[in-house]
Amino acid sequence: MMTNTEALKELIYKMADDQLILGHRNSEWTGFGPLLEEDIAFSSMAQDKVGQSYALYQILNDLGEGDPDTVAFMRNADQFHNSQLVELPNGEYDFSLVRHFLFDTAEAIRFQMLTNCSHEPLAQLANKIKGELRYHTMHADIWIKQLGRATEESVSKLQDSLDRLIPYAIGVFEPSPMEDQIIEDKIFEGEGKLRQQWEEAILVVKSKTPLNLPYFSLVKPV
Amino acid sequence: MVKYNVRIMVTEENVKEWLDEVKDPEIPVLSLIDLGVITKIDIHESLVKVAMTPTFVGCPAIDYMKNDIVEVLQKHGVKEVEVDVNFEQSWNSNKITQKGRKALKEFGLAPPPKHVLIVDLDILEHVQCPNCNSTNTELKSPFGPTACRSIHHCFDCKETFEQFKPL
Repeated sequence: MMTNTEALKELIYKMADDQLILGHRNSEWTGFGPLLEEDIAFSSMAQDKVGQSYALYQILNDLGEGDPDTVAFMRNADQFHNSQLVELPNGEYDFSLVRHFLFDTAEAIRFQMLTNCSHEPLAQLANKIKGELRYHTMHADIWIKQLGRATEESVSKLQDSLDRLIPYAIGVFEPSPMEDQIIEDKIFEGEGKLRQQWEEAILVVKSKTPLNLPYFSLVKPV
Repeated sequence: MVKYNVRIMVTEENVKEWLDEVKDPEIPVLSLIDLGVITKIDIHESLVKVAMTPTFVGCPAIDYMKNDIVEVLQKHGVKEVEVDVNFEQSWNSNKITQKGRKALKEFGLAPPPKHVLIVDLDILEHVQCPNCNSTNTELKSPFGPTACRSIHHCFDCKETFEQFKPL
């Protein structure tokens, strides 16, 4: 089956750039984690994400784009396709944790969906990455559930970060300019469908805590 | 006078045997064969093509392993070696051989439990301690010193240990 290469590339750039930038943000926790295990966790997730972005850039390279290292490090800012969520400075631990929770929940579902991608190399890679991401979501879920009901201070810190980050998180699901083509060519089922599943997954974890979420449909995405 | 053209044929078995000398640089007791990352061996005359797949996508040891494969095969007289890294047959932890599992345990790393394709992460909660075999253990962190390891604590022998993560 012929897929629209431009639409495919657009989607892969967006995913690869998100992974690359968040990988670098995560790596800034190396040496600064609130406890050793968290230092290691964010460093490991950084390594996974940068490695996953490399594999995605490699697929782009096979589709005629530049060398992965050149693409990753030599582009100008306006050539990046990432969401604003992943760019935000790390802030305090609660902020990084909430971002990690919101983003990785989406990515885990995204790669699960992409195991059915019509572009076989991406489907194969997605099949691999989805298993790795389960460790990332497991990590995020454990900490959100624990800190989300621990002390008044931890709950209020998470709540503040959630309030700030939800609009950015929804920005991750901005449809591609070629979204119809992407769906029609069975490259990906689409950002709308992903967002719907993401909202459900976020609510499941949230329900174990006293944290509040806005009505997603009323949020203006950033 | 008859001239014999003597050519030593390299077989897939030979290559596998030689690749058993190539160890995972982060876990030096485990060969690439035992790790289960070699997915295909093709032999065309003097050219040996090896396909491999990483344990974790971001594994930084992959380039070292590629170089080690070329070095070892050349040492055994293979003229041309090509190593292709791909995800056609992606790795999962069930691919670690019995010999590999034993080597991991002796090295002090809990081998990943076998699973039926979908890993239920609850199995991380009571991993068998490689030092005293107790399952009275808890998961400390799903992330360890390398991408493929998690950190656990044993309540019986009071040791902290690592596990090769099931995937």
